[in-house]
Amino acid sequence: MSVEVAIPEGYVRAFAKPAALSDAKFTYCPGCHHGIITRLVAEVLDELGILERTVGIAPVGCAVFLDRFFHCDFVQAAHGRACAVATGIKRARPDLVVFTYQGDGDLAAIGTAETVHAANRGENITVIFVNNGIYGMTGGEMAPTTLPGQRTVTTPTGREPRLHGYPLKISEMLAQLDGPAYISRQAVFDYSHVVKAKRAVLKAFRNQLEGKGFSLVEILSTCPTNWRMSPTEAGRWVAERVTEVFPLGDLKDVG
Amino acid sequence: MPKGIVVVDKERCKGCGLCVEACPFKVLDFSSEYNSSGYQVTYMAHPEKCTGCAVCANVCPDVALEVYREERSVKGAT
Repeated sequence: MSVEVAIPEGYVRAFAKPAALSDAKFTYCPGCHHGIITRLVAEVLDELGILERTVGIAPVGCAVFLDRFFHCDFVQAAHGRACAVATGIKRARPDLVVFTYQGDGDLAAIGTAETVHAANRGENITVIFVNNGIYGMTGGEMAPTTLPGQRTVTTPTGREPRLHGYPLKISEMLAQLDGPAYISRQAVFDYSHVVKAKRAVLKAFRNQLEGKGFSLVEILSTCPTNWRMSPTEAGRWVAERVTEVFPLGDLKDVG
Repeated sequence: MPKGIVVVDKERCKGCGLCVEACPFKVLDFSSEYNSSGYQVTYMAHPEKCTGCAVCANVCPDVALEVYREERSVKGAT
């Protein structure tokens, strides 16, 4: 904390920044749910006590600077190839905990093949999939996960499924395969969903420690900047509209 | 004395207002202060209402909030 405030006696700390996070300020836009998701991953690394042997794979996209935020090792993969890089690291060093943190432009578009095949092989890695339905970093273009009718800079009159295709449901696709151990979709638009999302992330990391195999947690996020909404409006949009197309819950869990 | 205290890291805060919206007791609001990045930071407008539940800190995307709770209420909760 950069602010030193005198806390009167008799008070205990109920919430503080996780030890896995560095002091670097997040580079996300104001109100972007990416920050909550990054913090949840850090809290889980702290709780499991695995920070020292964790390697993260950063994507191309808004989360590209993840290595600055965490106190663990990071590899920044080529666009979409995070699951392939994670496969290599995990197979060479099975003692390490390997996770990828990818957006929908990275995992669901250019990296679809790498993701599907890593899942199908049942690689023992953890994937955090941040789905905000848009290309955030490059300026708000349509992504495969953009909702029908949603306006982006490349679909100024709204996404027209007959012209642009339908939203790609990666989690449903992967849940059909035999390889994955755990596929879940969560959101972080309010406190109760933050708690549920953290439980799912914790499970995805625990599965890897127990050698159960490929675990993916898709977390619905916002992009207030490119959705042209206030952060609270964006949260409401996720709760009311995005969850209709991408329903929340566990899609596959081998236990 | 309030049951809880929220400490705002003014340099981390981006003034998004998610904590203001999420607080169940309407403790937080935007202050008239701006940080060095030009964001209007959040502050405890009604500190007497704070229970230290930490809902604000859990929805803060920038890990800008630290929450302290009266020791008694922690014991009472567990």
